Amino acid sequence: MVDAAHNKPGYNRVYIDDHEISIRPAVKADLPDVVDLDERTTGLRKPEYWDDLFVRYGNRKDSRFFLVAEEGETLLGCIFGEVRSWEFNSVPCGWVGTVSVEPDLRMGGIGTILYDEICRCFRHAGVQKVRTMIPRDATDLMSFFRAQGMMAGPFIQLETDMEEEG
Amino acid sequence: MMSLQKATLFALYAVLELAEDSERQLSASEIAERYNISTNHLAKVLRDLGRAGLVESVRGAGGGYRFCGNAKRTTLLDVVELFEEVGAGPSNGIVQETNAGVALSLVMDEIEAITYATLQSISIETMLKLMRRRKPMERKISTGLFRAV
Repeated sequence: MVDAAHNKPGYNRVYIDDHEISIRPAVKADLPDVVDLDERTTGLRKPEYWDDLFVRYGNRKDSRFFLVAEEGETLLGCIFGEVRSWEFNSVPCGWVGTVSVEPDLRMGGIGTILYDEICRCFRHAGVQKVRTMIPRDATDLMSFFRAQGMMAGPFIQLETDMEEEG
Repeated sequence: MMSLQKATLFALYAVLELAEDSERQLSASEIAERYNISTNHLAKVLRDLGRAGLVESVRGAGGGYRFCGNAKRTTLLDVVELFEEVGAGPSNGIVQETNAGVALSLVMDEIEAITYATLQSISIETMLKLMRRRKPMERKISTGLFRAV
């Protein structure tokens, strides 16, 4: 399925059936389409969030990765993640922030090729493990990451409502 | 902590064994022999799986059962819930009218919620990938999570 047209992590050309899909790092001009895609996916429009994310992830090629998948000029999906070191006393590992795919194209392999590519970026950055965190009720997203081979890790997320001061 | 009922465990064995090669037909006794379980009990479980549309029986010479569900869309929870209730809460039976009961219920419900989300997020296809990744000799020793009762 993969034609390694580019050998550089973050760039790839992948064929799914007859569709030629390009993966590349996001550029500023992608943001309006990414915001639209996110709105279709989550029902929320968050341009400031994506602008901020692009500033933080889009220009850091060494440890932060913001990738898009497109066919021609049509955005099909995006993914972002970063290498975090010694957080929670953990050796450096890749964290996937989120993966977003055009709703009509889900379960068609777009998320998988984006995930594979960001893993290639993580490996190139020197890490062997990849993690994410998912709301327990986000069944589809959890199923997606499970399908990539992810299992529960050694951490448990804990939280509480803080009591009022006084 | 979580214990699956025998019927549930047998159903998972059968579904995974048959889904590994959906063209292959296996009889109840072939599957039962492989897992060292009761053929009669498994036959009843297979009939239930048939009614749920996950397996179908093939008659004639070389007949048996084969997987006919959607491995990508069917989750472990779908199979488990055919045979037992998940999410009813292990806190059932805990005396709620006491402080200790309320605190215990919170903890047990947390465990139940994680179990539910886990079973719901793992498809049969994902299980098949796990099976291919781990050859029998490489499997970790059971933690008892899926111990049958």
